[in-house]
Amino acid sequence: MLTVPMDTMKVARCRELAGAVADDVQSYIDAHTSVGVERTILRAYGVDGIDDQGAPLVNVVVDRYAKAGVLGRGISFFLGRALLAGAADLQDAAERLAFGPTLDEGKEGPDAPAVLAVLAPFTKAALARIDDARDEREANKARIKPGGEPLKYVIVATGNIYDDALQAKAAAYAGADIVAVIRATAQSLLDYVPHGATTEGYGGTFATQENFKIIRRATDEAALEYGRYILQTNYSSGLCMAEIAWMGAVERLDMLLNDAMYGILFRDINPCRNFVDQYVARRIIARSGIIINTGEDNYLTTADAVEKAHTVLASQFVNEAFARHAGVPDDKLGLGHAYEIDPSIENSFLLELAQAQLIRQVFPTHPIKWMPPTKFKTGDIFQSHVQDALFSLVGVTTHQSIELLGMFSEAVHNPMLMDRYLSLKATKYVFNTARSLGDEISIKPDGIIAKRAVQVLDEALELLDEVQRDTIWEAIAKGSFADVKRSRTGGKGYKGVFERSADYVNPILEVLEAT
Amino acid sequence: MHPTSPSKLLRAYGDRQNDGMIQLTFVLELPPSARAKEAARQFAELHGLSEVLVTTMEPCADGFTYFVAYGHSKHAIDPSLIDVPELRTEALSREEIEHRVKARLGRKIIVVGACTGSDAHTVGIDAILNYKGYAGDKGLESYKAFESYNLGAQVENEQLAERARALNADAILVSQIITQRNCHKENALALIELARKEGWRDKTVMLLGGPRIDHKLGLELGYDAGFGPGTKPSDVASFLVEWMCGDRDAAGATLAASETA
Repeated sequence: MLTVPMDTMKVARCRELAGAVADDVQSYIDAHTSVGVERTILRAYGVDGIDDQGAPLVNVVVDRYAKAGVLGRGISFFLGRALLAGAADLQDAAERLAFGPTLDEGKEGPDAPAVLAVLAPFTKAALARIDDARDEREANKARIKPGGEPLKYVIVATGNIYDDALQAKAAAYAGADIVAVIRATAQSLLDYVPHGATTEGYGGTFATQENFKIIRRATDEAALEYGRYILQTNYSSGLCMAEIAWMGAVERLDMLLNDAMYGILFRDINPCRNFVDQYVARRIIARSGIIINTGEDNYLTTADAVEKAHTVLASQFVNEAFARHAGVPDDKLGLGHAYEIDPSIENSFLLELAQAQLIRQVFPTHPIKWMPPTKFKTGDIFQSHVQDALFSLVGVTTHQSIELLGMFSEAVHNPMLMDRYLSLKATKYVFNTARSLGDEISIKPDGIIAKRAVQVLDEALELLDEVQRDTIWEAIAKGSFADVKRSRTGGKGYKGVFERSADYVNPILEVLEAT
Repeated sequence: MHPTSPSKLLRAYGDRQNDGMIQLTFVLELPPSARAKEAARQFAELHGLSEVLVTTMEPCADGFTYFVAYGHSKHAIDPSLIDVPELRTEALSREEIEHRVKARLGRKIIVVGACTGSDAHTVGIDAILNYKGYAGDKGLESYKAFESYNLGAQVENEQLAERARALNADAILVSQIITQRNCHKENALALIELARKEGWRDKTVMLLGGPRIDHKLGLELGYDAGFGPGTKPSDVASFLVEWMCGDRDAAGATLAASETA
């Protein structure tokens, strides 16, 4: 059986260091909230709709109370008070908060315990909605089983949700196990979630609650037709991480891209905001049974895949630590990594194999996600198809859980229907033809593959040591991950972070934290 | 092929000269059948292929079929009759940018960028400066040759000028997305006037970008260059490197080429 040398003491030390890194941030998280978090709570209480300008009601409410400087008490506090003041239901309460002639400054009147009492049945209903969706998903999966691992994951990205639905079904027909609808360019920087079904988007399709429903319907139909459960994926990193996580939870998504640091590094989202938001997002995700996908594969599209391989592993430990703090179990933690080494390097295949196998061994129960070559793809689609085949060979040999399929047209355009078909056909061939290869072979103890695995773990440990000593804030500021530097108070969305008051009210989060 | 080559009609080269062999792949919305195969053959014929051989017919989705076809293309082309400018400056490669700045300048180029005025759209400045870049072309942050500061949106001209001077910026990038009632022009012009008044206009290379900006407009407003829609970070990087490393004409040529692309 294929194994690379792995010092379990070093792995344990890496986990310990990553845990300390996350502990440090957690004390910050526990003392803060954000506009994104508070909007999520409103949505969870069932507040819906948009105003006459198209702004989501949850934004109107939260922005008003943020501007008044009282958001640190938790929007739930004001919601409960509106209810006690005579609102018919929570939607009405939210509308009063948004449009009422006077703003509740929270001075006299009902206190936090009174608010908690009046919200109690609604809190229960909010949690039940997440639980029901989870139960329905699990029942569906029990009835129609998903395919075997590595699960074949493809992306659709037409910009029009109805075309996406058609392409999702086509992909399922051709053998896909997982369909992701990639988001429109820069949606992660919007500080609101667009409303309704959308048919215009560049580089992808907007993530909206209605769009989630449309794809769920298509993938459910495909599951019935083709006798295989089709997992639905979307993307939550960005300024609306927690809101999108909640939408995914109640619309029965199976996976969500959700990385503790991606937004900071690649979207220049403020670190404080990102850490606060990812925590609440992951609390919801943990409750809903969604599988997280992390984005370490992106590191290698900016930094060098040979020199910076260890940063992927180090970040995976950090992502794991943050996820554990939010209650996400290991078997729902799809850590990402990628086949991105320059193909002109001699024996690059061996280096890829070493890293993929090392990560498999370090995270044995995690549904790790293997990402295809992109950086060294060219318009030569035939050569690209071969690169993808070798990538798949590593995927099946090292028992990856989830494989995002390479597309031969990667450097040309968003995948067309036949591109996806041919990629699935080739991947099925490689998986089938080399199914048990990893169980049959062993590697030379002091060969290239073994040495590489040892080196990557050693370097990851060294980096984690440094990050723990400096704190993650400092590490991010000096470019330890992906060669990108971000300062603690820089980036987008910092203004949306608030210190929690001593009597901060957030009953939904409290329940999520208690379970 | 050199442009002065003698006139010669070329057909696609497959196995032998002038056989015109090419392959074609496509999807038609119908299930596989004898009729589908014949439809694919005729479809290929309509594209100018003769003796069409449909080598693959497979269902690729419910009601869709994937085809591979081979055939002889009857078309021929005479390259000597084609008129294209052969001297076309392209954006410099990443390696070339890093190399030139290191070798010729010996320090990083300091760039400060912002979307100025009331404009809240950072998409343009983010695409050029931020790591992720645009359309697979990584932003200036990803280069060792640049030290870049993205001040974001709604930055006042005075604020931008002050920050740029404090950082000793070599270059200022101004993005203007909103163009209602020509506010982009007024705003952009105001910064140039400010720079002239404070006496540092000539010490800093100033670039303007946005969906309604082009090189001509940039120059008219007093900038050193204007970048329109579709500009990639590497275009801006190349311009700055040529400019900073002393070849201002080449910088302009890069720009002209990127605009015709």
